[in-house]
Amino acid sequence: MLATTTATAIAIRDLTVAYHDRAVLWDVDLDIPAGVLMAIVGPNGAGKTTLIKAILGLVPVVAGEVRIEGRPLAEVRRRVAYVPQRGSVDWDFPTSVLDVVMMGRYGALGWIRRPGRRERDAALAALEQVGMRDFAGRQISQLSGGQQQRVFLARALVQDAAIYLMDEPFQGVDATTERTIVGLLRELRSAGKTVVVVHHDLQTVPEYFDWVTLLNVRMIASGPVDAVFTPELLRRTYGGHIAFLGQDDGGLAAVAGGGA
Amino acid sequence: MSAPQFEIQLIAVVVAAACALPGTFLVLRRMALMSDAISHAILIGIVLAFFITEDLASPLLIVGATLTGVVTVSLVELLHRTGRVREDAAIGLVFPLLFSVAVILIARYADNVHLDTDAVLLGELAFAPFDRVILAGWDLGPRALFIMGAILALNAAVIGLLYKELKLVTFDAGLAAALGFTPAAVHYLLMALVSITAVGAFDAVGSILVVALMIAPPATAYLLTDRLPLMLGLGVLVGAAAAIGGYWLAHWLDASIAGSMATVAGLLFGAACLLAPGRGLIAVARRRAAQRWEFAQTMLAIHLFHHRDAPDAAEESRVAHLETQLRWERRFAEQVVRRAERRGLIRRDGQTLTLTDRGAQLAQEALGG
Amino acid sequence: MALPELFHDLLFDYTLRTVALGAAILGCVSGTLGSYAVLRRQSLLGDAISHAALPGIALAFLLTGSKAPLVLVLGAAAAGWLGTLLVMGVVRTTRVKFDSALGIILSVFFGVGLVLLTFIQKRPDATQAGLDRFLFGQAATLLAHDVVTMAALGGLALLTMLLFWKELKLLSFDPEFGSTLGFPIRALDVLLTTLLVVAIVVGLQTVGVVLMSALVVAPAAAARQWTNRLGVMVALAGSFGALAGVSGAVLSSSAARLPTGPLIVLCASALVLLSLCLAPNRGIVWNALRQRRNRRRLQVDGEAIP
Repeated sequence: MLATTTATAIAIRDLTVAYHDRAVLWDVDLDIPAGVLMAIVGPNGAGKTTLIKAILGLVPVVAGEVRIEGRPLAEVRRRVAYVPQRGSVDWDFPTSVLDVVMMGRYGALGWIRRPGRRERDAALAALEQVGMRDFAGRQISQLSGGQQQRVFLARALVQDAAIYLMDEPFQGVDATTERTIVGLLRELRSAGKTVVVVHHDLQTVPEYFDWVTLLNVRMIASGPVDAVFTPELLRRTYGGHIAFLGQDDGGLAAVAGGGA
Repeated sequence: MSAPQFEIQLIAVVVAAACALPGTFLVLRRMALMSDAISHAILIGIVLAFFITEDLASPLLIVGATLTGVVTVSLVELLHRTGRVREDAAIGLVFPLLFSVAVILIARYADNVHLDTDAVLLGELAFAPFDRVILAGWDLGPRALFIMGAILALNAAVIGLLYKELKLVTFDAGLAAALGFTPAAVHYLLMALVSITAVGAFDAVGSILVVALMIAPPATAYLLTDRLPLMLGLGVLVGAAAAIGGYWLAHWLDASIAGSMATVAGLLFGAACLLAPGRGLIAVARRRAAQRWEFAQTMLAIHLFHHRDAPDAAEESRVAHLETQLRWERRFAEQVVRRAERRGLIRRDGQTLTLTDRGAQLAQEALGG
Repeated sequence: MALPELFHDLLFDYTLRTVALGAAILGCVSGTLGSYAVLRRQSLLGDAISHAALPGIALAFLLTGSKAPLVLVLGAAAAGWLGTLLVMGVVRTTRVKFDSALGIILSVFFGVGLVLLTFIQKRPDATQAGLDRFLFGQAATLLAHDVVTMAALGGLALLTMLLFWKELKLLSFDPEFGSTLGFPIRALDVLLTTLLVVAIVVGLQTVGVVLMSALVVAPAAAARQWTNRLGVMVALAGSFGALAGVSGAVLSSSAARLPTGPLIVLCASALVLLSLCLAPNRGIVWNALRQRRNRRRLQVDGEAIP
C-alpha cells in the first residue's frame, strides 16, 4: 500500500482500462491533492474522459485501483459529484430546469423517497449561484448550450460534494457562461473543494487552473501548472502536433493542432 | 419428393433470394424495421386495388401495394420532419394505422371474398402450386414462381446496375450527395424494391415473415463477411438454406411452412452469432482468453518500465505487489510472471522482478502505439 | 346509435361494459408505460415484445393444457421478456445493430409461434380454438375474470412505476449520472422493461400481437405534444390510451363486423393527429399561424424602412 493521507483527494494506482483488447489507459499512477483546481489535458483519444469515468466507476477497469480520500468509491460516493458532457443526454426530455437540478439530491435521498421543499430550496440556491434562478421553471429544450452547461453545474453543486469531476464544461459555451464557470471553479477551490476538469483549450490552462495533468494513454506528467505546463512536456504529450505562439506574462500560449 | 413439394421449395428459395437482396441494404443502412412497416402497410394498397379491380389476380394489386409501400416511407419521413416525433415512433405510428384501416375495410366489405387477414399475415405456401399459369392449354408452372422469379430478376438487375450508387449512398450519403448522386432518389428506389418484394412475397409467406427473410439472412451474412458482394451472395445462400430447411421442418412437424422458414432463419442467425469465424461469440471468447495473457504481460512490462527508475522501484517490482496494486489474483500473477520470463521480457530474482531490454522495448512500443 | 342509448349500454350491457372496461385498462397501462419507451427511443421495442409473446402463449398452452388467462399471460410475458433480453444481448455482443436485432427477434419469434400454433391445431384433441385470437385480438371474447386479471396485473405495474418514479426518471433522462449516484442502472433498466412487457401482454387478448405496439407508441406520442412535464405526459398518455380503448370498443359495438383492435388503433392515431396539429405551443397549426403573423409583421416593418 502506498500512503494515502487525507491530503490526497484521489489516488490512482496502476490503472489500466481497455475496450475489448485495445488499451485506452495504460498503467496510470496519479495522486490528486485535495483542494487543487486541476485540468486534464491531452490530445483526442488520450483517454481523458475515460480517466474520469474510471474514477467514477462508470467503465470496467482491467487492472489497478482508484481510492477516494483513502477509501473505495462505493463508501464515499456522496463526496463525489459529476458533470457529464452536455451532449450525453436528450435535451428534449420533458422536464424542467429545476427538476434536473434536483436530480443532484437523488443520491442523498436514497430509494423511493421523493424530493421535497429542502431539495427544492437547495436546487434554487444552486441555480442562483450559476445565474440561472430565473430559468427554474423552463423546459430544458429551451436552453442555449451555455445554459444547459450551467444547469449541469448547478446539479453537481446541489450534490454538496468534496470532489467535482467535470467533463469538458467549456465545450461550445458562450463567453458569459465561460466567465460564470471560471468564477464558480474558483469559488469551489476557495471553499476547499477538489475540482478536476477535462479541458481542451491549452491557452487558458495557466489562467484557469493551478494544477495540471498531461495525459496521452499513459501519464506524461502531473503537478503544479508552473512546473508541468512546459513546452517540453506538452510536446511529449501531443507528439509533433503542436505549435507554440510564444510567451506572454509568464504563461504559455500553445495551440494544439492535428485535430486535438 | 413429389412435384408439388419440389415446386414449393423452389418458390420458397426464390422468395428468400428476392428478399435477401434489398434486405442487405436495409440491414447496412440501419433501416431494418422499414421492412416491418412496409410489409404491414401494403395491405391497404392491396385492399384498395382489389376494390377497384375486384380481381385478386390483377397486376394492379401489385402496383397499388408497391405505391402504398413508398407512401408509407414518405409518411414516416413527413411525420419525422415535423420535428415533433422521433423516427422510431413515427414508424410505430404509421404502419399500425394503415394496417388497421385495411383490416377494418376487409372486415366490413370483403368478408365474402377470400381476402382474409389471416392469409395476408401468415401466408400459405402449401397452396401455391395449385394456382398455375396455363397458356394455350400448356401448364407453365405455379403463378407464384413466375411473379417471384420476375421480382428476383428485377431486384438483381437494379442492384447490379446501380451497385456503385447504392454502395456509396449506404456508406457515405454525404459524399454521394457531393458527387451528384441524389441519395433521396436512391433511397426511394430501394424502398420501392422492398415494397414490390414484400408484395410478391407476402402472398407466399405472409407479411411478418417477409421481415424474417429480409433481415435475418443478411444479418447472418453480416456476421460472416466484411465485403458487400460477399454479403449479398451469402445472404441469398442463407435465405435459400432457411427456405429449404424450413420446408422440411414444417413437413416433419406438420406445421406452418412460413413459420418454420422464419424459425430456421433465426436458428441460422443464432448459429452465426455463436460460431462465425473471427466474429462469433466463441471465437471472440477464445481470442480474448489468448489476448488476456498477452495483454497481462504487456501490462507487467509497462508497470515495471514505469517504476524502473523511481525511488519505489524495489517495492513496485515485487510479485506480491502485483496482487495489491494491479489487483491480480496470486495464481494469475504467478502465471503471467512465468510466461513473461519464458518470453525473456523479465528476469526474476526471488520476489523481485527486473525488466529485460526486450521487455523495455515491448513496453515502449505499446506506449508509443 | 343515439348518445343516451350509448351510455345506457355502456353501463348495463354486460358484453359492452366488459369490453370497454378491458380496453380502457389496456389503453391506460400501455399508454402510461409506453411514455418511457417513446422517450428512450425504444418505440419499436413494444412491437418486438408483442410479437415475441406469441410462442409463449402457445407454449404455455402446450405445457399446461390450460387456457386460463393468467397462464397464457405468464407465458406471453416470459417469451416477451426473453425476446427483449435477446435483442439487448445481440446488440451488446455482436456487430448487428438494434434495428436488425429487433426485426429478427420480432419475426423469428412470431414464426416459432406460428409453428407452435399450427402444430397444436393439428393435434387430435384440436382444442386450440381461441389461441389465434391473440393474432388480431378478439375483444368480444373478454370475460369478467379476464378483465380482473388485466386490472390486477396492470395495477401492479402502475403502482411499481409510481413507487420508483424518481429512479425511473433518472434512468430515462441521464442513466450515467444515475449510476454515479449509486443507483443500479442495469437493474432499473430490467425493471422498466419488465413493466413494459406486463403492459403489452395485458392487452394482447384484446388487440392482438400485430397491433399492440401502436398502443405503446400512439398515446405517448400524442401526450408529448401537450406538455413539457414528465408527470403530466405520463398521466395524459394513460388517459389518451384509456380514451382510445373505450371509444374503440364503443365504435366497434355500434355496427356489425367492426373489429375492436383496429378501431382502438384508429382512435389512438386520431388523437395523435389532433395533438400534432392543435396542441398549444407545439401544435403545427399554431406554429403556422405564428409564422404567418411574424412574416406579416416583418413585411410591415420592412416597408417602413425602404
